[in-house]
Amino acid sequence: MNRIEQTFQALKKDDTKAFVPYIMAGDGGLDCLEERLVLLEKFGAAAVEVGVPFSDPVADGPTIQQAGIRALNNGTTLKGIVGKIAEIRKSVKIPIILMTYLNPIYAYGITKFVQDIQKAGVDGCIIPDMPVEEEEIIEPELTEAGVELIRLVTLTTPLERIKQIAAKGDGFLYTVTVKGITGTRNEFDGNLNAYLKAVKEVSPIPVLAGFGISTQEQMLDITKYCDGVVVGSKIVNLLAENKLEEMENLMSVFKQKTNMA
Amino acid sequence: MTAYTLPNETGRFGKFGGRFVPETLMKAITELADAYEMAKQDPTFHSQIQALSKDYVGRETPLYFAENLTKYAGGAKIYLKREDLNHTGAHKINNAIGQALLAVRMGKKKIVAETGAGQHGVATATVCALLNLDCIIFMGEEDIKRQELNVFRMELLGAKVVSVTSGSSTLKDAVNEALRYWVANVEDTHYLLGSVSGPHPFPMIVRDFQSVIGKETKDQFLDRNHSLPDAVVACIGGGSNAMGMFYPFIDDEEVELHGVEAAGRGIDTPFHAASLTKGKPGVLHGALMYLLQNEDGQIQEAHSVSAGLDYPGVGPEHSYLKEIGRANYHSITDQEALDAFQLLSKLEGIIPALESSHAVAYCLKLAAQLGSEKNIVVCLSGRGDKDVDAVRARLKGGNQ
Repeated sequence: MNRIEQTFQALKKDDTKAFVPYIMAGDGGLDCLEERLVLLEKFGAAAVEVGVPFSDPVADGPTIQQAGIRALNNGTTLKGIVGKIAEIRKSVKIPIILMTYLNPIYAYGITKFVQDIQKAGVDGCIIPDMPVEEEEIIEPELTEAGVELIRLVTLTTPLERIKQIAAKGDGFLYTVTVKGITGTRNEFDGNLNAYLKAVKEVSPIPVLAGFGISTQEQMLDITKYCDGVVVGSKIVNLLAENKLEEMENLMSVFKQKTNMA
Repeated sequence: MTAYTLPNETGRFGKFGGRFVPETLMKAITELADAYEMAKQDPTFHSQIQALSKDYVGRETPLYFAENLTKYAGGAKIYLKREDLNHTGAHKINNAIGQALLAVRMGKKKIVAETGAGQHGVATATVCALLNLDCIIFMGEEDIKRQELNVFRMELLGAKVVSVTSGSSTLKDAVNEALRYWVANVEDTHYLLGSVSGPHPFPMIVRDFQSVIGKETKDQFLDRNHSLPDAVVACIGGGSNAMGMFYPFIDDEEVELHGVEAAGRGIDTPFHAASLTKGKPGVLHGALMYLLQNEDGQIQEAHSVSAGLDYPGVGPEHSYLKEIGRANYHSITDQEALDAFQLLSKLEGIIPALESSHAVAYCLKLAAQLGSEKNIVVCLSGRGDKDVDAVRARLKGGNQ
């Protein structure tokens, strides 16, 4: 059983939800990646999404765009990130999921990329500009290497298509909770709960919700209908501002819930 | 040779093209592809386009034999396909009308678009005024400075122009913002993409709407000379006027196809926009295509004196035509384009757009190579009024 499956089994056993933070690799320098991953694990992260900076991140809002620019200005490259993960993998036990647009992978060379991330101990990959129609370009090699391809569904994905995507069954299903790009939101679409419920019903793999989630209230509400949340922009901001205590508190959301119960 | 039928149903031209977009947009581009297939079968749709093309745009545009330019070049006969005479001053209106009518058919009342030089923005704003559609145009801050007059034109036509300050603040960043806007507003908004780039079906749709250029050229040339031209020449940023000119000639193997990219300050400097000449395949804005990028896959900024060519990618179909060797791609520097801009003005009384000046500059070289027995058609994709201020400033400041 791979690390992602183990993680979700353990969460299920404990009857709790997954908090998956997203961080931009190289924001603050690549040297702090280890320290940050260790900290996130300590604060209770179920897994961590490591973002790869890209010059043209069309699915991202201003917070992650800015973090990406900072990372690129620091000279961060995909090669550098994969190398760093290989170095620090043994000090982090939770699953590490790489989130990258396709072009940096394409430039790296797909076969070489898959070999290198497997050796580095990366557990999964999210490629936001690669819908299932185009995944043939990398999916067979990822599968062969045992690296999970995490797929996305959104509010505009028809139910039949959600079923097809979920049935491919790698890792978990990443459910985008907004019509739009990443970044914090005060309100969600009124149909969100019904949508999450529908996704959860048809998905044979765990369902995580992401995009726009920043408050504990939202997290508790949303996880009534799914298995956890991905929190990006909020975490990126807290790290950039070095508000570690606030981050620890935010990340304790599901522990509090369990304690209260 | 079997007839050319690309793209295939998944939007591929060979390995190029495809649909590399966030999942949020898959429904919209699938619907668009379906709506376009339906529209194509519908004679009403075609007659709507034809009526507007004739009475509103002023088609067909003339095919003009440029005798003075021909004498100057001292070789092949040079004809100009006068897309500069279209309403709004460039070929961009051909596509804007087609897509706006398609949006209306799909029940979408809002249009979002990107623009570089402003020609596509003006064409889009114009059609939106005509068809009573809401219009929002994303334009890089740098381009807004370079093309102030076009910004005012778009606003006059009722469009909202949004300044884009991310990245290099040029066309590629305007596309990013337009895509982000579309992701967030996909249900009631059509993205009226201006070039033969982006995810399938855009490269095909834009090519089809622009192919009126090549079809007319072919008919006009046949009428006059009872033969086909030996070569056609067009400038390339994303590549829409070139694809429109090339497409009807692809199966006519005796006709050479020449695309002209912007070499900026020179292709051996970092300041050019020659994606096919100097780039390598990669994925941006929904398509696999030739791209200017560094070795880590980060997209590089393009540079050209002409805002309309300032794009680090090039349509997937051009990428394919390069790969199979059906079309040839060249590059022309800022200086050569500026010289051609002045030359055509003085010799023919036609002030070309800086974009089109690249095609004119290359055609001078090609005419000399081919010799006096041959015929070349240059796509004069736009008129130069929009560039007069910028060229004047440059000439005053001394040529670099």
